[in-house]
Amino acid sequence: MRFFIVLLGLLICRVSLAIPGLSVTEVAPGVFVHISEHHWPDRTNHGEIANIGFIVGEQCVAVIDSGGSPQQGIALRIAIKQTTTKPVCYVINTHVHPDHIYGNSAFKATGVKFVGHHKLARAMATRAPHYLSKADELLDIRVNDDNIIPPNLQVRDSLTLNLGNRELVLTAHPTAHTDNDLSVYDKTTDTFWMADLVFLEHIPVIDGSIKGWISEMERLEKNHYKLVIPGHGRLIKDWPTSLQPQKNYLLQLTSEIKSMIKQGKTLEYAVETVGLAAKANWQLFDEFHRKNVTMAFAELEWDD
Amino acid sequence: MKIRLVIFTLILGFSASVFAEGDEANWDKIIKNQFFAGRSIDETNSVIELDAPYRAEDPAIVPVKVSSKISQTPEKYIKKIWVFVDNNPFPSVGEFDFFPESGKADLAMRVRVNTYSNIRAIAETSDGKLSMSKKFVKASGGCSAPIGADLDEAMKRLGKVKFRLDEGMQAGQPVQAQLMISHPNITGMQMDQMTRFVRKSHFIDQLKVTFNGQPVLNAKIDIAISADPNFRFYFVPDKPGELKAEFSDISCDSPTSRAVCKSGTSYSQQLTVAP
Repeated sequence: MRFFIVLLGLLICRVSLAIPGLSVTEVAPGVFVHISEHHWPDRTNHGEIANIGFIVGEQCVAVIDSGGSPQQGIALRIAIKQTTTKPVCYVINTHVHPDHIYGNSAFKATGVKFVGHHKLARAMATRAPHYLSKADELLDIRVNDDNIIPPNLQVRDSLTLNLGNRELVLTAHPTAHTDNDLSVYDKTTDTFWMADLVFLEHIPVIDGSIKGWISEMERLEKNHYKLVIPGHGRLIKDWPTSLQPQKNYLLQLTSEIKSMIKQGKTLEYAVETVGLAAKANWQLFDEFHRKNVTMAFAELEWDD
Repeated sequence: MKIRLVIFTLILGFSASVFAEGDEANWDKIIKNQFFAGRSIDETNSVIELDAPYRAEDPAIVPVKVSSKISQTPEKYIKKIWVFVDNNPFPSVGEFDFFPESGKADLAMRVRVNTYSNIRAIAETSDGKLSMSKKFVKASGGCSAPIGADLDEAMKRLGKVKFRLDEGMQAGQPVQAQLMISHPNITGMQMDQMTRFVRKSHFIDQLKVTFNGQPVLNAKIDIAISADPNFRFYFVPDKPGELKAEFSDISCDSPTSRAVCKSGTSYSQQLTVAP
């Protein structure tokens, strides 16, 4: 009997030992980021493709995006444990996309609040059935309703969280990358975690509103930040310079599509012809550009 | 009840497996019997031809076009076209009635494609014969979902209508019209177990287009039509007049059953045409 308990103990240990802590870098005092490479989410990378991480205060830790799979969520939890003894008190989801929320279940515990844009729960409700039905086939991960954890702390405009002598200012943005974008500003280090409001290297992906995204960029580029953390791409220390490729790409799409709509061209035609000159500037262009044109066209044809 | 249960099980069973090109299971086992029991269908592109992109770049907005290969004459014309996305939770996209007055039974629209699927169009000609054209479409994965991106924006514009006519219109010749309707066309997927949201489907179910009171296009449509329904079709402006679109929406308790539904609002919009 004792042998079995020892064996069981070993097995349990093995399960948690099997997942190493996620590699994270301290990019500013107390701000830890896992920078991902750019890949189309697939069965090899299991959708673990976004920049995720955490911020440590004197009392507790805020997770910012939990990862693209339950396993990555666990790996992030282990990385936090290896970094600090402080407990996690907040899990902030910057938006609904699976690469940012599928690790949530790893942090479900008493005292942990899940934080999101006030439209995040609705976006989860309408999209999760589709995401969950595809996860096995496309990402080779096992997820169900328990992995979709809607926020129990919702941000309507702005909300300040205190991690213990460290304030994070959360902003719920108007529709831009999605209709539920939430950013996190760390006052202590002047670090702005913008998540998918800004893409570098990886082609920007429109899943909200091209017009809304452009106007949000025009607002944000007026400010200065010491460090900006994008959802996809390297760290930004020259804000707003590194934002310009994304802004130019979206402005170019807008102007080309508007002129096609004016000429009475169809969506099908626009998808084949708009914005192709930008191909060399972006990774994953072939995977996302046509989707961007499609969404932008469907939005812009309601202008005027 | 039993049948519904079986269908539900079948749908679940299918969605768990990976759909491959050439997959005809839902068509063979369900759709064909439901809509065309006992009728023979000629698989040919000689009456209509369906075109859709091989990859659904955005599964919420997949452009689909049906081109007619015969002209609309009182003697012989295409009187009806059905469109299906085999592997959608509710496969029927719509049933579209055409008339000799339509001029040309061409039809373009945007649909939702949930997963790898055949999209097929079946035409019935005035002699009662059925012909079918189909195309396999690979659904896109990633962060996309087959719903609209900005529900609130779509709700704000609800009911707004836009027409557009091709240039170079000539009296008596078929001209292409585009009809755009702002409507979120909510599919009604319910997730009450994980959030407090239970949303009924809310979509445009009936559309009637006339020119000077003569029928151009009648459609019975469903949730597979993308948010902000967008149609291109033909009509013949033989003299100046009014191109009129009348449509109504409906709300149903279940995304996949039309047993419990409640009629919604009726809308109407017209365009003065002077060829």
